Amino acid sequence: MYDKGTVLTGLAIFLVLALSAVGYNMIAGDNNKPEPEKPKGYTSCVLEKSEMAKSHMQLLNQWRDEVIRDGKREMVPAGDLMVEKSLQNGCLHCHTSKVKFCDRCHEYASVYPYCWDCHIAPVEPAAGKEAH
Amino acid sequence: MDNNRRKFLKLAGLTAVAGVAAPVALNSLAQASGGHGGGHAAPAAEAHGGHGEAAPTGVRWGMVIDTTKFNATPGLAEKCMDACHGYHNVPHFPVKKDEIKWLWTEKFENAFPEHTQNKRNDLTANGNFLVSCNHCDNPPCVKACPTRATFKNSEGIIVMDFHRCIGCRFCMAACPYGARSFNWRSPRGSHDGVPFIKEINPRFPTRMRGVVEKCNFCAGHLKRGELPLCVQTANKGAEGAMVFGDLNDPNSAVSKVLRKRFTIQRKPSAGTKPSLFYIV
Repeated sequence: MYDKGTVLTGLAIFLVLALSAVGYNMIAGDNNKPEPEKPKGYTSCVLEKSEMAKSHMQLLNQWRDEVIRDGKREMVPAGDLMVEKSLQNGCLHCHTSKVKFCDRCHEYASVYPYCWDCHIAPVEPAAGKEAH
Repeated sequence: MDNNRRKFLKLAGLTAVAGVAAPVALNSLAQASGGHGGGHAAPAAEAHGGHGEAAPTGVRWGMVIDTTKFNATPGLAEKCMDACHGYHNVPHFPVKKDEIKWLWTEKFENAFPEHTQNKRNDLTANGNFLVSCNHCDNPPCVKACPTRATFKNSEGIIVMDFHRCIGCRFCMAACPYGARSFNWRSPRGSHDGVPFIKEINPRFPTRMRGVVEKCNFCAGHLKRGELPLCVQTANKGAEGAMVFGDLNDPNSAVSKVLRKRFTIQRKPSAGTKPSLFYIV
């Protein structure tokens, strides 16, 4: 290899610069981590918290297909409570605020699901009207 | 060099032979082993596409509408419409051509063009007739839908999965009853400060702009063991104005009425086999 010293030094500098942001976050921790507000008075959801965080969107799609296409509308257990397989009538039964629950993570991850184009968001007491 | 070319030509020749032979061999293998799997299509097509009357199986919800009772009780049809449109967040657009209809009334000659004549009794000459999606046994809208957003569910209801609707409006062209409406505007909007949906019912979603909608026979209510909202409302105003039940069950209320009374259907010649029957 020609100019070994220069190339390797350059490469090392590049790697340090490129990975500096990742390294910084690893050391400093993520200070903006979203903290969705959990509903008060309920202890368990339809799945474990980690499962819900990871795959609630798949669960919602599965519920949608089961309810609309297969007519399987039976309730599902969330701890001691039985809830409807429904975003508006199931999830929102406990999670009464979209702004304090859904939006916190979605905004952090910069995802804008179109659920609320049709599904009706709960009335937020502070804002006084539905957020879109 | 010569040697290399010779090898290359041999290899190319073998590859060509293998390329032609492999699919043939695979196909014959698949036919030999998968004979049962491949055979699925034939009997299914026979069962659904046959010309004869299909043997009734399972539940098929249907309804008899007694138009004499509706016309004897003024305002009852409007109450049914309000109950339906209120629950399902059906928007009210001020412009007639944008109108969204799940349940509405027609004049006799428009609802039943095949049964009309110039000398009619008072009811058919002046009355209003409550109409909605007919939940056909042979639904043309379902065949037209390219995304299967509209489909016939296991209980004979023609359901729309609004999530899947791409707004192509093929179903509207296919429906002979005009039972489908398109949201040209956002149902969440307003005109001159008046929202299109007066009071949003949080139990049911709204639609968005560019989606087709229609009556769903209150599929959710039926699953909970309740009657459709129009039937509940109608029977509060006039007992027996709407009789709902399973058309495939000979002992259901609707089957009993159908055996006893003469009924007509909308546009029977379209061959759609509607599930709504009318006592006129």
